[in-house]
Amino acid sequence: MGQVKSLADLRKIKENLQGKMGLREKSNNPESLVQIRVAMATCGIASGAKQVMDFFIEELDKRNIQAIVTQTGCMGYCFAEPTVEITLPGQASVVYGYVNTQKADEIIEKYIKNGELVEGIIPVNYETIEKK
Amino acid sequence: MKDLSMHIMDIAQNSISAKATWIKIEIVENMDEDNYAIIIEDNGFGMSPKLVASVTDPYVTTRTTRKIGLGIPLLKQNAERTEGNFSISSEEGVGTKVIANFTLNHPDRPPIGDIAGTIVLLSAANPNVTIQYHHVTNTGEYTFDTAEITKTLDDISITEPSVIRFLKEMINENLNELKISR
Repeated sequence: MGQVKSLADLRKIKENLQGKMGLREKSNNPESLVQIRVAMATCGIASGAKQVMDFFIEELDKRNIQAIVTQTGCMGYCFAEPTVEITLPGQASVVYGYVNTQKADEIIEKYIKNGELVEGIIPVNYETIEKK
Repeated sequence: MKDLSMHIMDIAQNSISAKATWIKIEIVENMDEDNYAIIIEDNGFGMSPKLVASVTDPYVTTRTTRKIGLGIPLLKQNAERTEGNFSISSEEGVGTKVIANFTLNHPDRPPIGDIAGTIVLLSAANPNVTIQYHHVTNTGEYTFDTAEITKTLDDISITEPSVIRFLKEMINENLNELKISR
């Protein structure tokens, strides 16, 4: 058997990361981080939501943006899959549709970094008469 | 669905919606019987006998955003297309078990796809769920257990990108040793 990775190698990575943790302020408050939810139901998976999620995880790490990336179930926008819900700290959440890795890149650069809204938003926040 | 790892991702999502804290994903490749089995078991809140009997119907779903649920019907269809079979059993308050048997060498069997990526993504997106992945071939077997992983990681989170990258490589290397069918 060749050099197959094992838990021993994982331990080395852990030690490496533990060293770096001290330098980075670990925020225990999720509301202060950018939250990204990728819809991962049947329609999402079939349309490539997995690649989008992988992309977000890799790129946010590369660009040093602290965010929590999770998966949710169907948000109801099956016609516009893959869909992603982004909640910037302290702001209302925004849902983007037809997200591919190129669009995800745009979203990171423009919306997450600068708060600049990008094309492709699915209107999800609305108030009905009863609420008023 | 393009490949089997996507079906697995899909069914595992059902387990998560059922508030499972333990999901076991098992793939058993049997060359002698030309069988490829995918077994997904969880400890979620399960289904009533009535729901289990009707769940393979695309018009039956527990979600409220749409009236169609295609995850299970599509998996069943793919299994049956390779002259395999599909079964689902569940008990409320205990859990659910899905078994899909495919004919290993059937031309209609979808490839496994990026199973390592799927398992790691499921683990990282649901750090409070224990995910066990077990793969058996004629060469041997491999087990990936997030309970072991989080213990080894100590206070480092499984959601760290470098951990995610490592785990994917680790799973792929071990699967290559097993000579899994792709």
